[in-house]
Amino acid sequence: MNEFLADLNYWVTIFLLVGGLYIITAHGNMVKKLVGLAIFQSSVYLLFISPGKILGGTAPIIAPGFDVYSNPLPHVLILTAIVVGVATIALGLAIVVRIHEAYGTIEDDEVHDLEAD
Amino acid sequence: MVVTVIGIIRAHNLFAVVMLGGIYSFLMATVLVVLDAVDVAMTEAAVGAGMSTVLLLAVLHLTRTREAPLRHAPVIPLLICLLTGGALVYGTLDLPPFGQPDNPQNLHVAPYYLENSIEETKSPNVVTAVLASYRGFDTLGEVAVIFSAGIGVLILLSRRRRREMVVEDEGRSRK
Repeated sequence: MNEFLADLNYWVTIFLLVGGLYIITAHGNMVKKLVGLAIFQSSVYLLFISPGKILGGTAPIIAPGFDVYSNPLPHVLILTAIVVGVATIALGLAIVVRIHEAYGTIEDDEVHDLEAD
Repeated sequence: MVVTVIGIIRAHNLFAVVMLGGIYSFLMATVLVVLDAVDVAMTEAAVGAGMSTVLLLAVLHLTRTREAPLRHAPVIPLLICLLTGGALVYGTLDLPPFGQPDNPQNLHVAPYYLENSIEETKSPNVVTAVLASYRGFDTLGEVAVIFSAGIGVLILLSRRRRREMVVEDEGRSRK
C-alpha cells in the first residue's frame, strides 16, 4: 500500500503533464493553449519538489528542536521556474492580443483559413 | 487537481477555464505545503493563482470568451499524449523510493547547505540562503528573463497603441 502511495505521486505528476500536453496539442484556442502550458509547467514543479520531501522532515527553515529538513535545493530551482513560467505566459498573452488585433480571432484554425484566403 | 485538469480540458467557456486554472494553482500550492516547500507554495499562490489569473482575465477582456468546438477528432494528439505518458510511467519504475533521506538527490549538496548556511549567510531560511547567496547567479539570470519578457510585452503592446494613434490621426485629417 505504501509503495502504491509513493508511486501515486509520480502518476499524478504524469497525468498533469499529459493533460497539459493534450490541451496544448489538441485545442486550437490560444488562451486555452496557454493555460495548458501553465499546467504542463506546474506538473514539472511537482516532479522536482516531491523527490525532495523527506518523510518525517520539516520545511528547510533552521529552528531548534528540528533535525530532519527536506531538501532545499529543488525549492530554490522551482522558485526560479515559477517566475520564469509567468514571464513566458505574459509574453504569450501579449502575442495573443496582437494576433487578435491582426486577425480578429484567437483560434488556430481560423487564423490558418484567413492566411489561406 | 486531476479533476480540475479534466474540467479544464472539457470546458469551452474560457472564463471557466481561467477560473479552474486559479483553483488548480491554489490546489498546487496546498500540495506544495504538504511537501514542505512553503516558499514555493507562497510563490505559486501569489504568482500562479494571482498574477496569471489576472493576466488571463485581462486578455479575455480584450479578446473573446468562447472557444470554438474542435474541427476534427483529436486522434494524433491523443496518441502522442498516451505514448508520452506510457514512457514516463515506465520511467517512474526506476526512480528511488519516496521520502527516504538516503536517496541520491538528498545526498548531493543539500546537506552542505543545511549544515553551513546559518554560519555562512546568517539566514535561518535555507531556501533564501541558497537563492540569494549560493546560487545568486541563477537569480540574476531569472531577473534577466523577467526583464526581457517585460520588454517584449511592452514592445508588442506599444506598437498597437502607436498604430491606433495613427488611425485616429488619419480619421481626424479626413474630417
